[in-house]
Amino acid sequence: MQYTLLILLLPLLSFVVLGLMDTKWKARVAGSVGTLVLSVVAALSYYTAWAYFSTANVGGIYQKIVPLQTVWMQFSGQLHIDLGILLDPISVMMLVVISTVSLMVHIYSLAYMKGEKGFERYYAFLSLFTFSMLGLVVATNIFQMYIFWELVGVSSYLLIGFYYTKPEAVAASKKAFIVTRFADLGFLIGILILSFYTQTFDFGVLNSGNAGIFASASGVTFMGASVLSWAMALIFIGGAGKSAMFPLHIWLPDAMEGPTPVSALIHAATMVVAGVYLVARLFPVYVTYTPDVLHGIAYVGAFTSLFAAVIACTQTDIKRVLAFSTISQIGYMMVGLGVSGYGGHEGTGYMASMFHLFTHAMFKALLFLGAGSVIHAVHSNEMQKMGGLRKYMPVTHLVFLIGCLAIAGIFPLSGFFSKDEILAATYMYSTGLGIGMSFIAGLTAFYMFRLYFNIFWGKENSYEHSPHESPLAMTIPLVVLAFFSFFGGLIPFGKFVTSDGAAYTGETNYVLAIVSVLIGITGILLAAAMYRKKTMLPDRVSQSLGFIYQLARNKFYVDELYLFITKNVFFKGMASPVSWYDRHVVNGSVNGLAVVTQWVSVKIKGIQTGKVQQYAWVFLLGTLLMAFLILFL
Amino acid sequence: MEAYIFVSFIMFFSGIYGFLSRKSLLMVLISIELILNSADINFAVFNRYLYPEHFEGFFFAMFTIAISACETAVAIAIVINIYRNLNNVEVDSLDELKEPEASDEK
Repeated sequence: MQYTLLILLLPLLSFVVLGLMDTKWKARVAGSVGTLVLSVVAALSYYTAWAYFSTANVGGIYQKIVPLQTVWMQFSGQLHIDLGILLDPISVMMLVVISTVSLMVHIYSLAYMKGEKGFERYYAFLSLFTFSMLGLVVATNIFQMYIFWELVGVSSYLLIGFYYTKPEAVAASKKAFIVTRFADLGFLIGILILSFYTQTFDFGVLNSGNAGIFASASGVTFMGASVLSWAMALIFIGGAGKSAMFPLHIWLPDAMEGPTPVSALIHAATMVVAGVYLVARLFPVYVTYTPDVLHGIAYVGAFTSLFAAVIACTQTDIKRVLAFSTISQIGYMMVGLGVSGYGGHEGTGYMASMFHLFTHAMFKALLFLGAGSVIHAVHSNEMQKMGGLRKYMPVTHLVFLIGCLAIAGIFPLSGFFSKDEILAATYMYSTGLGIGMSFIAGLTAFYMFRLYFNIFWGKENSYEHSPHESPLAMTIPLVVLAFFSFFGGLIPFGKFVTSDGAAYTGETNYVLAIVSVLIGITGILLAAAMYRKKTMLPDRVSQSLGFIYQLARNKFYVDELYLFITKNVFFKGMASPVSWYDRHVVNGSVNGLAVVTQWVSVKIKGIQTGKVQQYAWVFLLGTLLMAFLILFL
Repeated sequence: MEAYIFVSFIMFFSGIYGFLSRKSLLMVLISIELILNSADINFAVFNRYLYPEHFEGFFFAMFTIAISACETAVAIAIVINIYRNLNNVEVDSLDELKEPEASDEK
């Protein structure tokens, strides 16, 4: 299966070519080339998935296949960094998800970004991102993953800051890069600790279940926990940064400054689930050796999920609502992983989490692209400027409704199946956590339909020029994604992706399923009551909640807290002394050297009289002195 | 042989003296010629007395004469330019490259 290398190389090639050609090609040519390359990549990914799932099953268990592996850097006999391609159920699934969403975004952008300045650059960056993300998922070892991890961060930075003339976009791109970079520091330290003790980077070795390699790491304790726990927790921090877990979530809402298709691709479907993927990738290590860390992940995920869902109920910028909903859903996936055990029925959480990752990628990309279509028509992100759009944009309306129903978990859309599996796994782990997650599911339904009713129903605004349905290049990807969002849940996911590779059919918990659908419907009805017609109800509710509403509206002041901490602790406490040291000690010593040199030169410059004959005298005397010395000594 | 050496010795030191004491650039140049010629005499004399069967010393003297002619031509050109700029050829007035007195001390 060496052709899988092409899946990686084609987008890279496309990036290089588009990047070098830049404005030499017409925008349409650049866009077509990018889209064409991506469709080849998508076809290859589908073929790989088909080939993998039909051949790799040996004795009921999906084997890991490594079609390519080269040693890149040899550190010692055992420790070396490889570059290669690893195919296993989750990486193949991610290949399909990434190439599908990326292809849809490529097609969609042909219309959405039409006439934008830097259209070619946009496509080049999209290719770069696709390359990095594909490289991330097929990495054979944790260090290769880290390399692509950073590449993904860079391309995300470039795309958020695409409108680089807009100060907010520039600030947002910097914020995203710095926050995720800060988290990646934890990731890197975690990698180093892990590889130091286990003498390997390779996922195959780490996940092999060989307890021997972890013996040295489990034995050493540091501040009450084993070094292995520290390493795995630090690695999770890296994942938490990329996946916008609390308290590292602050960059994601701001990242919405980027073009909407980018938000759909990077900040909803693919890059932000990299953290989930990372945990899933190292899942055997987490679940076997550091279950405490795994449970911690579950609680972080649950808290983030609740936190983001509450904020999402109060935001008015439609992209921000979607951003917070993304954070909330990723929290869901983390919970799924966190509560999971290994293998069979115990491993439901793992399977459910991957399932939710898959369905979420589809319906969230759909929602973002739908929102992009609305923004394209109304030229605003604000909910207040919308309303009554269902008459003008029937296709967008329909697919958006499908997306909302899917995320709300209504039978038989895809979100129902995946979310239900996560809930089932959570109830298996702890009833309290399960009830919390069900509540969040209700909130999700509520805020999604708040969004839906505000955009498509409600009072009709007086638009300056009446909104119109988006062009075909935008509606086709929407319809395709809507198709996946609608029917994606019918895939028997347990047959393909499980924690131990063996197929497993989850029995549906009917009580739970009915209850969660009812919760979803309650949320929808509540939203319908409040927002379907323009009433005073929302204002009254927000006023009666007063303080809490204000807190949530301002995102619990986490941003302000960060600003406060960075300004007062980092800038005043660390940066200022360092800068003082630099200015006064480092610069001072260098300047001091210069001053001393100057002083000496001023003192001795009297010797240089400029009189040639004086020099000649000195020269002559010197010669005589030398002759004298040579002759008589 | 001593007589030859003595002549070249006198020429050399009168050249040095002239180089150090004369004010005019032209006289300084002539002094340099004296020094060079005394060196030429030395070449010829030592060749004649130490290695009479060889001629390298004479050739060297010839080369030196040719090169000193070129050098003098260049020097004269420089002197002419100096005269154009400063309207004299005094050695002492050629201190333009020196840093002006006490100008930018800190």
